Amino acid sequence: MMRFLLLFSRQGKLRLQKWFTPISEREKKKIIRDMTNMVLARQPRSCNFLDWKDLKIIYKRYASLYFCLAIENQENELLALEIIHRYVELLDKYFGNVCELDIIFNFEKAYFILDEFIIGGEVQETSKQIVNRSIEASDMLQEFQVGASTDTSPMSE
Amino acid sequence: MSPSIPLQEMIRAIRSARTQCEERGVIQRECAAIRAQFRQSDNGSRSHNLAKLLYVHMLGYPAHFGQMECVRMIASSRYSEKRVGYLGAMMLLDEKQDASLLITNSIKNDLSHSNQYVQSLALCTLACMGSAEMCRDLAPEIDRLLRASNSYIKKKAALCAVHIVRKVQDLGELFAPAARSLLAEKNHGVLHGAVILITDGVCFVLCMFQTVPELVQIMRSLTVSGYSPEHDVAGVSDPFLQVRILRLLRILGRHCETASDAMNDLLAQVATNTDSTKTVGNAVLYETVLTVLDIKSESGLRVLAVNILGRFLLNNDRNIRYIAMTSLQKIVNTDHNAVQRHRGTIVDCLKDHDASVKRRALELSLALVSASNIRSMMKELLLFLSSCPPELRSHTASGIFTAAERYAPSQRWHIDTMLHVLTTAGGDVRDETVPNLIQLITNTSELHCYTVHKLYRALLTDISQQPLVQVACWCIGEYGDLLLRGECQETEPVQVSEDDVLDALETVLQSHMSSPATRAFALTATMKLSTRITDNVELMFKIFKTGSGIQLRKFMIFFLLFLKNVLSPSVLRAAVLERMPVIEKNSGQSNGESAGAKTEPKIMVKPGETSPPQQPVNQVCDLLDLLGGSEGPAQPNPAQSTTAAGLTMNTSSAAGGDLLDLLGGFQPTPTLSVYEKNGVNLTLQYERQSDAVLTVTLTACNSTDSDISSFSLQAAVPKVCPQRRPSPHHRSVESGRRGDLDLSQSSSASLFTAFHPCPIQVHLKMRIRISYTVQGSAFQDMVQVDSFQGL
Repeated sequence: MMRFLLLFSRQGKLRLQKWFTPISEREKKKIIRDMTNMVLARQPRSCNFLDWKDLKIIYKRYASLYFCLAIENQENELLALEIIHRYVELLDKYFGNVCELDIIFNFEKAYFILDEFIIGGEVQETSKQIVNRSIEASDMLQEFQVGASTDTSPMSE
Repeated sequence: MSPSIPLQEMIRAIRSARTQCEERGVIQRECAAIRAQFRQSDNGSRSHNLAKLLYVHMLGYPAHFGQMECVRMIASSRYSEKRVGYLGAMMLLDEKQDASLLITNSIKNDLSHSNQYVQSLALCTLACMGSAEMCRDLAPEIDRLLRASNSYIKKKAALCAVHIVRKVQDLGELFAPAARSLLAEKNHGVLHGAVILITDGVCFVLCMFQTVPELVQIMRSLTVSGYSPEHDVAGVSDPFLQVRILRLLRILGRHCETASDAMNDLLAQVATNTDSTKTVGNAVLYETVLTVLDIKSESGLRVLAVNILGRFLLNNDRNIRYIAMTSLQKIVNTDHNAVQRHRGTIVDCLKDHDASVKRRALELSLALVSASNIRSMMKELLLFLSSCPPELRSHTASGIFTAAERYAPSQRWHIDTMLHVLTTAGGDVRDETVPNLIQLITNTSELHCYTVHKLYRALLTDISQQPLVQVACWCIGEYGDLLLRGECQETEPVQVSEDDVLDALETVLQSHMSSPATRAFALTATMKLSTRITDNVELMFKIFKTGSGIQLRKFMIFFLLFLKNVLSPSVLRAAVLERMPVIEKNSGQSNGESAGAKTEPKIMVKPGETSPPQQPVNQVCDLLDLLGGSEGPAQPNPAQSTTAAGLTMNTSSAAGGDLLDLLGGFQPTPTLSVYEKNGVNLTLQYERQSDAVLTVTLTACNSTDSDISSFSLQAAVPKVCPQRRPSPHHRSVESGRRGDLDLSQSSSASLFTAFHPCPIQVHLKMRIRISYTVQGSAFQDMVQVDSFQGL
């Protein structure tokens, strides 16, 4: 299973963190520091795989964001690369040519998309279209509820 | 009450803060507003307040006051609030928090909600942070959902069940029948979840062998027939599902012949038909190879798998090469010959630029060394050693030594190889290398001449690698006579005179880079040479005048007395210093005879002999007369005793001072005096050793009448200048008995630190902290050196 997924910028600022096992706040901060240091120190055309403690770290850079996924030792590294790629594709489809700013200003949407793709550290749906459709439906449900209620305070744009 | 700003405006405000302080200010204001909002009753903007809090939390600020708000929002009837509430629960709560128990009831209600998206929120949260109690509570509910719901919910319920089983093993039995029946579903998401559920619920495996045919069928339909555009990734149909099924097949077939047979054909088919031009295809192939190698497959299939790995090794993509080597490492012992066929490619990977690939290649290469390829492999490994990253050097060196020991084709080759490693990576070898090499050399008596010539030449080129210098000194001491002989059948003849040899040893003694252990080696070697090449005592004395350190001076005094036959008749000296016998392997005993086998040679004193309990003072003075620098007899004053030699030497403090003066007491030319207080003098001298290394020597001098104890020195440079502190044995200061530094009267101690040069714009600065105790009072001081001229 996957242990955690981190997204951070080239300057090491965290943009998204998803943890699939219970870890204390202090430990989380330490892991984030370790990951950012390790990954940002890598040369441009290196191997995308690292060994860290008893886990394998798979990282890939997309534009200005680093996607860093930690998997257990029996998992398939090449497939992990595909998982990262699939998530990027989902974000891209949703936001339309996604960039780092989209993820910053709509971070809760990024989480919702992730939660439709991965649950409990495992992929739940292997079809892109089904995931996209589910997210759209959830969004519509939200709009519908908000629109139907008397109080019209807007959610995040 | 200030109106709270929408989420995105807050994000913009935080991002535009120019300093950390400004950002903290914005965040504190916002958190205060959020807290106030939380205290109010339902006002319709709760969800975006919580969202703001979650953003702040991601930046690293505390957000625990939002936990109860999450619990409240989850219980709300509005989907928007539930959505953010559950997200908050996953981010702020984990099973260790008490508040997490409070949401169990909400989750339970939501699991049976009429709207599937609400159900999905509950399922997702339970799978993410459900504690063991929550899992036990809600397991029956999950089981119900596994059986009777739509595929959207089923797939999530399956993964929720996986989480439950991971948390509470016993509940696996509860889900077994449902999991089994899910394999008949057509929906890929549900299938995927079912396969994972079966894989991870270990207790299933025993009764799940019947699923093998079904799984094989599913795989076949994925790979051969049924092009499903929805699940296609670059020509491979649903790689995620394929990989999971392959992994389950691996577990089922691992210990079972029949299961392995049933999947043989399928695996061969997948291995041959999968397109390997893209990463997806390679991911499936990789999993297939792992499965084939793990189950009880027939040999043809194994050969196919290893060939795929061989193809991977030639792939341009570094990732593929990396995983190929990882897999080959797993089978290098069982399928050794198959892996040997790819040795050439693996060795080429040693030259790759990537550190991860290099590491894998090194491991595999070391595992592939055998008697038949030792010469060519060693060439490659030695080449690798000279250019490998520093973190791999020690491992490489020890790997080379093990391989050389096991498969050396000839003694000379073995010695050559070890010498090569010592010259290239001398600083990174383990401590027992020196005695091992010495033992090897003594055992090859026909090569003594060759070895000592080679070592002598190596010593002349480079005296910085301590293990090499130690071995060289030992050999020169033992076989110095062979060195003078000039001709040797294995190397070109070269004229070496007595003076050259003694000069070489003197250089070692004098050099800053020599550790105390190395200097002791050099000293003992000089001593041995007194019976081998020259009886010229005056020449010896010249050497004994150099070198510093209290420990060494004890040796020196003893040697001097020994030389002058003061302690023993000359015939005994010859006996004591005769050629070492062949050392047996694994003789780790510390007795006088095997002194050479240890890094710290003890003085060779036959027990019971020549150990006068007390040196009369007049004898010491006679010695001083001989050395031509005495100041007349002085009062005896007990100083340190040398227990190592079994001798008690009482030198008077004044005489001791004179003697120390006489023997040189190495004083570097002071160029900068940085500290002068309480009788402690700290001077600093620096010189550039090479382009990359600047050596700074700090010398501390005690000019008081009494001892200084607990002396400690710390030096720091600005962070831009990386500092290379040598390992502790480079310090040329001997510790006293308690491990502290004892500066006795008029003695001095040198510290040695080497730095890399700073970039030109940055001046080298050093801050030195010194603390010591003199006459019962403790002092502590800090000095800053701001300018190093001439850099």
